[in-house]
Amino acid sequence: MTQAYDVSHLLAGLMLVASFALLYQDRIFAVLNTFAAQAIVLSLAVAWEAWTQDRPHLYITAGIALGLKGIVIPVALHRMIVKLGIHRDVEQVVGVGKTLILGLALTSLSLMLVLKVTETAESFTREGLALALAIILLGLLMMITRRNAVTQIVGFMSLENGLVLAATGAQGMPLVVEVSVAFSVLIALFVFAVFVFRIRERFDSVDVESLERVRGDRK
Amino acid sequence: MLFVGQAIQMVLVIALAPLVTGIVRKVKARFMGRIGPPVIQPYRDLIKLMRKETVFAENASWLFRAAPYAIFAFTWVAAALVPSFASGLMFNWAADVIALVALLGAARVFLALAGMDVGTSFGGIGASREMMIATLAEPAMLLVVLTMALAAGTTQLPGVADFLISAPITVRVSLALALVALVMVALAENARIPVDNPATHLELTMVHEAMLLEYSGRHLAMIEASSQLKLVLYLSLIVSLFVPFGMAPAQSGVAAWAFGGFAYVGKLIAGAVLLGMWEVSVAKMRVFRVSEFLGGAFVFAFLAILLAFLTREVMR
Amino acid sequence: MTLLLLAVALYASAGLAAAVFHRRLLAIVYPLCIAAAMLAIIAGLPVLFEGTSETLHLPLGLPSIGLHLALDPLSGFFGFIVNGGVLAASIYGLGLDREHDLSPRIEPLVPVFAAAMNLVLIAADAFGFLFFWELMSLSSWALVVANHRDPANLRAGHVYLVMAAIGTAALLFAFGGMAGVAGGYSFAAIRDAALDPVVAGLVLTAALIGTGSKAGLFPLHAWLPLAHPAAPSHVSALMSGVMTKVAIYGVIRIVFDLLSTPQWWWSLPFLVLGAATAVMGLLYALLDGDVKRVLAYSTVENVGIIFVGLGLALAFRTTGLEAAAAVAMAAALLHSLNHSWFKSLLFLGAGAVLHATGRRDFDGLGGLIHRMPVTAVFVLVGCLSASALPPFNGFVSEWLLFQAVLAGPEFPEPLLRFLSPAVGALLALAAALAAACFVRLYGIAFLGRPRSPEAARAREVPGVQVAAMGMLAALCLAGGLFGGAMARSLQPLLLMLTGAALPGRASGPTALSLVAFNASRSSYDAPTILAFLLISGVLTTLLVHRLSSRRSRRSAAWDCGFPDSSPSNQYSASSFSQPLRRVYGSTAFGSTETIDMPAPGDHRPARLRVGFRDHAWDWLYLAPARFILASSLRLNQLQFLTIRSYLVLMFSALIVLLVIAAVWF
Repeated sequence: MTQAYDVSHLLAGLMLVASFALLYQDRIFAVLNTFAAQAIVLSLAVAWEAWTQDRPHLYITAGIALGLKGIVIPVALHRMIVKLGIHRDVEQVVGVGKTLILGLALTSLSLMLVLKVTETAESFTREGLALALAIILLGLLMMITRRNAVTQIVGFMSLENGLVLAATGAQGMPLVVEVSVAFSVLIALFVFAVFVFRIRERFDSVDVESLERVRGDRK
Repeated sequence: MLFVGQAIQMVLVIALAPLVTGIVRKVKARFMGRIGPPVIQPYRDLIKLMRKETVFAENASWLFRAAPYAIFAFTWVAAALVPSFASGLMFNWAADVIALVALLGAARVFLALAGMDVGTSFGGIGASREMMIATLAEPAMLLVVLTMALAAGTTQLPGVADFLISAPITVRVSLALALVALVMVALAENARIPVDNPATHLELTMVHEAMLLEYSGRHLAMIEASSQLKLVLYLSLIVSLFVPFGMAPAQSGVAAWAFGGFAYVGKLIAGAVLLGMWEVSVAKMRVFRVSEFLGGAFVFAFLAILLAFLTREVMR
Repeated sequence: MTLLLLAVALYASAGLAAAVFHRRLLAIVYPLCIAAAMLAIIAGLPVLFEGTSETLHLPLGLPSIGLHLALDPLSGFFGFIVNGGVLAASIYGLGLDREHDLSPRIEPLVPVFAAAMNLVLIAADAFGFLFFWELMSLSSWALVVANHRDPANLRAGHVYLVMAAIGTAALLFAFGGMAGVAGGYSFAAIRDAALDPVVAGLVLTAALIGTGSKAGLFPLHAWLPLAHPAAPSHVSALMSGVMTKVAIYGVIRIVFDLLSTPQWWWSLPFLVLGAATAVMGLLYALLDGDVKRVLAYSTVENVGIIFVGLGLALAFRTTGLEAAAAVAMAAALLHSLNHSWFKSLLFLGAGAVLHATGRRDFDGLGGLIHRMPVTAVFVLVGCLSASALPPFNGFVSEWLLFQAVLAGPEFPEPLLRFLSPAVGALLALAAALAAACFVRLYGIAFLGRPRSPEAARAREVPGVQVAAMGMLAALCLAGGLFGGAMARSLQPLLLMLTGAALPGRASGPTALSLVAFNASRSSYDAPTILAFLLISGVLTTLLVHRLSSRRSRRSAAWDCGFPDSSPSNQYSASSFSQPLRRVYGSTAFGSTETIDMPAPGDHRPARLRVGFRDHAWDWLYLAPARFILASSLRLNQLQFLTIRSYLVLMFSALIVLLVIAAVWF
């Protein structure tokens, strides 16, 4: 019991740390590597749950996380950046310091909330849900505080990592849901890729602010 | 008996301090492909400085002359309070971690004031940057202390070390995060790469060295010795809190002390080698990136506390 | 009690004598004040140590209610702070120059101010409290505007008067709420009344506004850095070191004593506002270029620290952790005392600098350690205490406060538990910023080379003034060494306020150790540390002088081979704060730096312009002022309407009233 808890705590904690590392990075390739690391830790976490709770179908989820998000997507994004010659800095709307402080506040909030709401639930579930909510909120935070479209994609997928973590923590989530979530991510990636390609073609930059300028939201 | 132990520790830290610095320099040199000075070179430097004539600036006040001794005394007393080869020595109770941090803070304030005493622009640069870095490091340090206190239920260093020696080994994510934060704070406090470069003397980003520019002779020797002592202090703090194995517990005999002594020296040398390897593998940051570096330390320490809260709540 | 009233009478007679007999008797004010302060201290101490209380009912004031007075440990403790401050300021006042410094505008008011503060502390009904509170505000206001030829002082007085009026109005609401419908205005009656939680919450808000505006709680602090420095320096010491403590007394009296059923969430405004005050006060201080204003901002910071201590005490007490509540309360009380000592010391030092050089801007000071050596030592002690460094007194209370913060994870309430590390981090930030602030203050004003001819000509101030500073410096050291004994002597007071006390004398390793919970958890032994420091320092000095070469000579400063002849090339106060401004300024003040570089070949100088905005001032003060101005202009137009318009106005008012009545009933 304690050992099972310790390892899952370690892995989930590492995912949280990786989420913060994503907020901290200011080079796009570093962001991609951190994201890949988070996905690998996620697959380990899921595999550990599968092992300790004897739920073999979770191995498939772990495999999807490892293959798709740990390898395929980062490599694809990497190649896309190189091919399109995208600017390699991460453009920030809010400074790193303030983003990190906000992130800490969000993490505290989600821990406080989940621990309060799930007082009667089992300890694994509580832990998983609390950290998953934090990771989801941090992914959202990354999407709103970064202007580069690539970092927004990464933010979205890190958010999805949180969803998967929550799904593994909460027992009884059927495989169909996970597969559909994985595919929706893939589709989202395609949409984003097309989107990035288009704005790059149009404005020679992937700064989403250019898009707002076209819409007339900004001058 | 305990008094003797305390005296041994006070002498030991002073005797080892230049050696540790020498090892760091040697390791760095070897990794850069140089032979490097022998590891006992810092001892020779100190002796050489002692023999040299001391030159004061015309405007230097008594504070400038007294500060090196004050800085040395504050640092030495702080170093004597950290458990090294044995815990629970004579005067370890006199100050807990918070008082220890404050003693180092007092040494820093005297150094900054001494830097401003002569009235040159370089001293002012060093002093103002040093105080800025301290404002970034102290919140992270307090959170590390809070994590330790949360785990061990005490802020007395021997108590924390005893707890960690005796407690069962499990995966402790929050302690690991606290360790990372503490190491980052220690790098900043000791003016090591990436925050400051101890090997340079004239650079725009200089912090620590800029404050000592006007010092010479025996005063410079005292300040050099204090910064070497401070490095040993932080290394001892890290090893006594996170790798206390081998340390003689309170109320143990001479045999345990001897074993603890060997373990302590070994751990210090290992720490020095690691520090040297770290310093050759990273680049120095611009001074205004330091806030992001130490902000990272703060985040690690805060996450350590949050995860500790989570574990406590969930396992209750 | 009788002794204390005698002291008050002595204060009053000193003020009266100076006012009536004018010029000739001005010099008698300070000896009389010294006597009165000593008498008051003697009168108050037994109550503090024995934990007894005395009450008195005088047939003065409002008919049929009279005036209730009470002297309990809380009043005794704050009386000690007040009269200690008055004592030091009066000793300093003895050294004032009879020809130039003494003024019929200032001297009669000082004892009145002191008497008013004493009376606030012993008032035991709402009317008495508010009356003496107003007396205290008005006498200090008169002291602020005493030098009315300076327009800045008039502005400071104006802002102070408005804020004091708002504060008193808020206190009026607070006491009105506590008295309730029954109208029991004596403190005894208020204590017995059970308040509705909503009313109690409103009372708390009003009390926080009332006392917080006097103490300088962010964002109600704006008047303080204007008003405190405007007064003569020894009066600044009284206002900053002592009057803010009377406000702290007010909030403790209301929240911990009078309000009967405290809730845990009451601590939230204390913790959040206190931590914000502590950090913001210092950030303001680091950006300011005036010695006395920097000290006033540092007062704001310390008030923040005290409020955090009170908030923790409240939170611990309401969640059933009495032992931790005692630690937090001891931290708040001791910090009030310690701050009154070191801040009085620093203001007297600033007064000495002002007297010797005529300047209080950093750009005109420097090198005073050579010309005012004794003052320099004492101010250094004050700076080290204010930076919370061992072995001085500021550290004792700071250490206790950190111990209380470290007990934060034990809160049963999740919000408090998650808040406590954040509060602790902000306190640590404040401590480090305080060190930076005082290194800047001391380094620029006392070290380096003189930046103006006045600073180069400075001479030491009269012996009595140096003695006043020396007394406070000795207290700062003694308070640091015997902090453990002092914390334990607050036993009756802590029992009264929190229901627990610090561990007794036998619990620590030595009789003088400061122990927060128990010795195995945390202890700090200042005498041992100091002994260690002295032994190792002296030993090293002797050894080094014996072993090393003793040749030494003076020469031009090395300065990396760029000797600069002009003192203006030194690091200035604003350059010292530049790194901190870059790190924290953009968040806290939206600070901006613009560099105006001339094109190559152009000879005009390059300029660096630094701009920042005080958000608190913009939002809390200017916005309402603008609103009031706009609406009064609008209302002013009403006077120029035609008869028909007036009729329309009155008719619509009538209709509105009718509609309200219809809806209501």
